Amino acid sequence: MTAPPVAVGDSVPVDDRAEREQMTRVWERKPGLWGWLTTTNHKEIGKRYITTAFIFFLLGGIEAAMMRAQLSRPENSFLGPDKYNQIFTMHGSTMMFLFAVPIMESLGLYFVPLMVGTRNVAFPRLNAFGYWLFLIGGSFLYVQFFLNTGPDVGWFAYVPLSGPAFSPGKRADTWAQTITFTEIVAIVGAIELIVTIFKQRAVGMSLNRIPIFVWAMLVTAFMIMFAMPAVATASMYLALDRLVGTHFFNPSEGGDVLLWQHMFWFFGHPEVYIIFLPATGLVSTMLPAFTRRPVFGYPAMVLALVSVAFMAFGLWVHHMFATGIPQLAASFFTATSTMIAIPSGVQIFCWLATIWSGRPRFATPLLFIMGFIVLFVIGGVTGVMIASVPFDLQVHDTFFIVAHFHYVLMGGAVFPLFGAFYYWFPKVTGRMLSERLGKWNFWLFFIGMNLTFFPMHWLGFYGMPRRVYTYLASTGWGPLNLLASIGALVIASSVIIFLVNVLVSVRDGAIAGDNPWDADTLEWATSSPPPPYNFLHLPVVQGRSALWDEGDEHQVAVGTSTERREVLLTTTLDAQPDSRESHPHDSIWPFAMALAIGVLFITAIFTALALPIGGALALVAFAGWAWPSSEDVKTESDEKISLEGA
Amino acid sequence: MRMPARSIARACAALACGACSLHNSQNALDASGPQSGRIAGLWWLMLPIASVVWVIVVAILMWGAARKRSPRETAETRAGSEVLARNDARDRRMTRIVAGGVIATVLTLFFVLVADFRVGQALTMPPSTKAVPIKIVGHQFWWEVQYPDSIPNRSVITANEVHIPVGTPVVMELRSFDVIHSIWVPSLTGKKDLMPGYTRSLWFRADTPGVYRGQCAEFCGLEHAKMQMLVIAQTQNDFDAWLSAQRDTAKTPSDSLAQHGKTVFEGTTCVMCHAISGTTAAATLGPDLTHVGSRQTIAAGTLRNTDANLYSWISDPQRIKPGVLMPATKLSPRDMQALVAYLRQLK
Repeated sequence: MTAPPVAVGDSVPVDDRAEREQMTRVWERKPGLWGWLTTTNHKEIGKRYITTAFIFFLLGGIEAAMMRAQLSRPENSFLGPDKYNQIFTMHGSTMMFLFAVPIMESLGLYFVPLMVGTRNVAFPRLNAFGYWLFLIGGSFLYVQFFLNTGPDVGWFAYVPLSGPAFSPGKRADTWAQTITFTEIVAIVGAIELIVTIFKQRAVGMSLNRIPIFVWAMLVTAFMIMFAMPAVATASMYLALDRLVGTHFFNPSEGGDVLLWQHMFWFFGHPEVYIIFLPATGLVSTMLPAFTRRPVFGYPAMVLALVSVAFMAFGLWVHHMFATGIPQLAASFFTATSTMIAIPSGVQIFCWLATIWSGRPRFATPLLFIMGFIVLFVIGGVTGVMIASVPFDLQVHDTFFIVAHFHYVLMGGAVFPLFGAFYYWFPKVTGRMLSERLGKWNFWLFFIGMNLTFFPMHWLGFYGMPRRVYTYLASTGWGPLNLLASIGALVIASSVIIFLVNVLVSVRDGAIAGDNPWDADTLEWATSSPPPPYNFLHLPVVQGRSALWDEGDEHQVAVGTSTERREVLLTTTLDAQPDSRESHPHDSIWPFAMALAIGVLFITAIFTALALPIGGALALVAFAGWAWPSSEDVKTESDEKISLEGA
Repeated sequence: MRMPARSIARACAALACGACSLHNSQNALDASGPQSGRIAGLWWLMLPIASVVWVIVVAILMWGAARKRSPRETAETRAGSEVLARNDARDRRMTRIVAGGVIATVLTLFFVLVADFRVGQALTMPPSTKAVPIKIVGHQFWWEVQYPDSIPNRSVITANEVHIPVGTPVVMELRSFDVIHSIWVPSLTGKKDLMPGYTRSLWFRADTPGVYRGQCAEFCGLEHAKMQMLVIAQTQNDFDAWLSAQRDTAKTPSDSLAQHGKTVFEGTTCVMCHAISGTTAAATLGPDLTHVGSRQTIAAGTLRNTDANLYSWISDPQRIKPGVLMPATKLSPRDMQALVAYLRQLK
């Protein structure tokens, strides 16, 4: 290897400052609104993305609270069926499409480049485009909702109820088009993650050394690539049925209503794991910092992630047992649905072993992790129960299922997520969240969660179906529903405490420093918040726990340009230096493209002219995006990359 | 399932409450037939297993988090971080324990799977004895119930109330021509969807006479919540008597008020949707009213069938079931009273 173009001299502080200023000049965005609109920095976009998704979480939570208010007593008149149906559809669609998947992806887009030790995400303009499209799609849904054109056919939008004959007006179109938006957003995010993880890892971070959260995001990204096209196609068929007059789902013209369910759940079940796997990744990545040991059973954990991803595509029919699937076929899906408990069990055992053999430090993130295990196992065992066809035929579409999947998704994904907020907040803002408020946040959440959802198991047995806007007093469901509604209040107060904590801590929290938890992954090797270029010198990894396994010598990879944006590409398996890749500059065109696509999708539900007009706009945006610039992309060989002790 | 003492208490309280105040006849765990009985049995098998699993996991978690660390498990400093020393021997032991846990999980799941399949097989076996055929058609937001007969004018059409004989299997043929509905009477059997474009069937048996409540379990639009039904299980003799009464055409009213009511019925929009056999009303969009007076409820299980309820229902159905397809009927109080009197005497 030849000498690096950038020398690292003895008087580090002086050189360091000049170098930092130079790197900041190259990587930081332009000031002002223009810079804000054109930035392609994964951290800026990631922060916006996380914040936007969290706002959708709050909106979805408000909808949940309204439903609980309506159901708190029999024959309540707080919401009529028309409002209630819109609100439960908005709650489900928001939580699944605008909160859960986007927030997991946006955590990935923020932290994966830091965790693998690179300067930005692969395809940064696509990343900006994805965020803007997400913002437009999500806002579109809510604008429609506030105009009383919110979807009212459920987040699953079963045909023929969502078809042209039974849902006249634009409500179901709003749903279908929102789905199209979010599918595209999810898929572009997945592409960026896969390429970043495969090609931009730090030197030495071979596949068997990448943090488990990064593994989880890689697996999830592949799942998104396979699952989302199914629902994107289905929602396109639905839009065609509604807007063009095709008959994909019209039984009287040879269409098939079951087709929708197959296509929807072929996406819909993997979707659960698309939400859950990143959450397990969060847990596995946070746990070492709070147990002071690497997570136990790394290979088993990774294999569990991969096998869950495969199995997740083989159990969608368990959502359809009541449709009259032949017994033999249903048995297959019972078996796979039961089988997927095995890799989940492996993960839980490994976490238990990590905690048992570690030296636990009971900070808020660890509380949320322990709460996660307690709650998720409840959702897990009821999941095994409803894999059974006969048992499912009783509880399917009842509050038992509502209880089950809230234990899985709130216990299994939202709890790790809140732990992650406490854990990574210092990295993103430079300040710690309050531990005292954090404990209040956790305990109220934990108690409220159980008050709300545990009674629902029994409501299911007592015959209370889902999606009912009211019930008669004679059913006797009142007391348990009241209990659940009180629990919802407790959860709401917990979330308010979290918001207060964030608002106070972001200005007055304790200064975090680079690595407040003394954690082992690479994002803690840079300042908090990280500079625009992430790492002054690209780190070199010598073990699975990047920061703990470092020898006495701190190694870095030098040789990438300091004059222009450049990232280091490494080989997929072993992460050996491969080449230097010029990195795109900031650009307004992703924003313009998102606007064009937004115009196309939104106006398409009103007029066919949307296609030529929106198509032309998108073409213009594409031309601008693809226009060759003076800073042409070029790839150079690795001959200038060298490893150095710093 | 969670099972610390507090939760057990809570669960028992909920169950006990179910026994006293809940409508006994809509409860999947209060089984009144072999189908729901087998499924409830499966639950009572799986609940203890699940509880034990949960208790073990939480116990290990709590113990692992709280146990006293021996002084030998000291921290060592690696590159400035306080990290526990590697302990390969201990990790190997844990690997064996985790492997044992995985094997135990697999065996438990396999046991549950076999139990599932056995119950599933028992439920899918068609009844060996001759079953009572009933056709159910789902509508937004009510149930059409037909008792077919080889002689057409002996077949019966009613709505929202299914009478069945005790001890004899019932085979339901399930269809829908609008959206997907799902029939579910928890005390008797699990649910089955009514899929437009498909014909589905469901068989079950009631062993105890009684009134069992059910309701639509698949979201079907605005009034999904109020699409309810009653299944009335009675002795074979009572059932036969009921069925033969239902075969009669509607009675011609004897008193003058009801006679006037018949005129009102036949002279207003009622006949656009409803049928009463023996009269000129023969539409099939709404429930057949030939014996509406004999039913316990109106508005698909929403109201008890009384004069006052029927009066307010016909005057303004949208107030009681907003979104129901039946429009309000504007009639003078006298006409309305006559109409109610006519309908109520259609026993």
